[in-house]
Amino acid sequence: MTDATTLIDKIWNAHVIRTLSDGRTLLHIDRHLIHDGSSRQAFDGLRTLDRKVRNLPLNFAVVDHIVSTLPGRTGESHPPGRERIHALRDNCRQFGVGLFDVDSPRQGIVHVIAPELGIALPGTTLVCGDSHTATNGGLGALAWGIGTTEVMHVMAAQALLLRKPKQMRITFRGAPQEGVFSKDLILHVIGRHGVSAGAGFAVEYAGEAIRRMAVEERMTICNMSIEFGARMGIVAPDDSVIQYVAGRPFSPTGRLWEQAVAHWRTLASDEDACFDRELEIDCSAVRPQITWGTSPQDLVSIDEPLPDPASAADAERCEAMRRAFAYMDLVPGCPLEGVPVDYAFIGSCTNSRLSDLEAAARVVRGRKVAAGVTALVVPGSMQVKAAAEAAGLDKVFVAAGFEWRNAGCSMCVTSNGDVVAPGKRAISTTNRNFEHRQGPQSRTHLASPASVAAAAVSGHIVDVRKLLRG
Amino acid sequence: METFTIVTGIAAPLLLPNINTDAITPMIAGRSLSADIGKLLFANWRYHPDGSEIADFVLNQPPYREAKVLIAGANFGCGSSRERAVWALMRFGIRCVIAPSFADIFYDNAFQNGLLPLVLPVAEHVALADAVAQAREPVVTVDLDLCRLTDPDGRAIAFTVPAERRVALREGLEEIQVILRMEDEIDAFQARDRGVRPWVYLDR
Repeated sequence: MTDATTLIDKIWNAHVIRTLSDGRTLLHIDRHLIHDGSSRQAFDGLRTLDRKVRNLPLNFAVVDHIVSTLPGRTGESHPPGRERIHALRDNCRQFGVGLFDVDSPRQGIVHVIAPELGIALPGTTLVCGDSHTATNGGLGALAWGIGTTEVMHVMAAQALLLRKPKQMRITFRGAPQEGVFSKDLILHVIGRHGVSAGAGFAVEYAGEAIRRMAVEERMTICNMSIEFGARMGIVAPDDSVIQYVAGRPFSPTGRLWEQAVAHWRTLASDEDACFDRELEIDCSAVRPQITWGTSPQDLVSIDEPLPDPASAADAERCEAMRRAFAYMDLVPGCPLEGVPVDYAFIGSCTNSRLSDLEAAARVVRGRKVAAGVTALVVPGSMQVKAAAEAAGLDKVFVAAGFEWRNAGCSMCVTSNGDVVAPGKRAISTTNRNFEHRQGPQSRTHLASPASVAAAAVSGHIVDVRKLLRG
Repeated sequence: METFTIVTGIAAPLLLPNINTDAITPMIAGRSLSADIGKLLFANWRYHPDGSEIADFVLNQPPYREAKVLIAGANFGCGSSRERAVWALMRFGIRCVIAPSFADIFYDNAFQNGLLPLVLPVAEHVALADAVAQAREPVVTVDLDLCRLTDPDGRAIAFTVPAERRVALREGLEEIQVILRMEDEIDAFQARDRGVRPWVYLDR
């Protein structure tokens, strides 16, 4: 035994209020993000308990899941969402929680705005009633998604009762090829190890490829921890994170900044720290990835043929694959390249930050969206939108025939008016390709922003490397 | 929270792996907050787009319409954190889901609401599913007092549940009550932590 500790141990230990005799920990929660989709019953629960929100300044609310993204949108623009937006406004007003409302220049997808506003900080614990909360792990926050009951617990107590997860480290070796992005790398991990490999684990992403990634790219990796089965995913904060956090609206300043930075510099796994499981991937061998089925693990490299259910490891997997092929209207053994798409969607908490839009714009520039393709770009936040417009990216997309929208979850989640029509095929920068996810009978292929842009201008699924070379 | 001691009822087999929360409770455009959440359960598998039932879906068939137990494949409840996946199962009448494994967030959400997510080793899970499929009356008993499951043939299967979860289910004890008993310690932690990590507390 050594005293060596992991990054996750260090953050965990700094937040332990009490360890119970049954092994559970009462853990302090530094930041709580609330959104329109999962909070209403939690506020009702507070009322039932006759409780206030314990630490108001540590709680932030935003509308994202059910808000329209159409130009000129208001809280009334998507009638089915009205009821919930009004409920969130009323609840925030009654309890005194700060809300980034539809008309706020700071509004956006909850996991995009938390880092962008300096709400998420390295070394903090951060929770939200949304499974993609681990996105914030990209800047070194220990962040995870919770259900509505726990949303109520955090509001009442600024603490949660939980068991410490096992720990896994995934080391990313080598350098990715041209046309391969962080989205491809995390999809590759999921495809190789499956959607439940991370269950029960918190994951630290490490290795030279992670170190070289920009903070936003790390967020994409951490975002899809849940598709790997893990609630928490994190990268150790380094100089690039400290630069990223500096000067944001809720980031510390002055003497507090110096103190915070000194603390953040201690946040890394010790060299001899032990993990319950270690995995490694060679990034240089990864090609652009795309899903073919109805689970994020139904994955191929763009230049490889679709798998044969007959070669599945067991009968259950074979049956699941057959079902996915039928749902997706695809044939085993055929290539995915060349399959026509009806929709191309660039957005969601996975891939809607400025660098994602830049990567897509590089492919789109000077090209046109193919006839018959509905193509959308939905920036992750109004600040991302403004930054993209300042860089002229909106003009690139609009000139090509993309719709340029306001910030929100949009076509990822089927609850705000943006849906894929029944039976139609979409290629999306999102994180879930489940049956009916983007609309009833919708068919979804997950890929990187560049790959989605490439399909939009080609009219079919294509190897993005051909367009980057062209 | 509804207590859970002994539940006897129909067990419905739904043996796909990775049944996700979008399948359990789909996003349905225009659904009102006040709509019956039990009707939302597996909506895309239970109903045609016109609202009529899909006859061959297990929960549309007698006797499974009355199911109190669901036997599901591995990694049940993967996907989103939406707690209404649990609420919809409960509202339908399901009190226990038996699977070889559960997704982490669903597993926690289930316990918070009095739904028992019961993990069985693969071999026992397969044997139980077979027994249920072949039984004339696919009735099982889940006894949380004895931590014992009885299959339709009367065979007993022992199971384990984390001790604190078992206590909470049997007593209907809500976790928030346990947490709020430690409020003094939360106060003390924050007072101490404001000295150590002052930048965390935005109200200074």
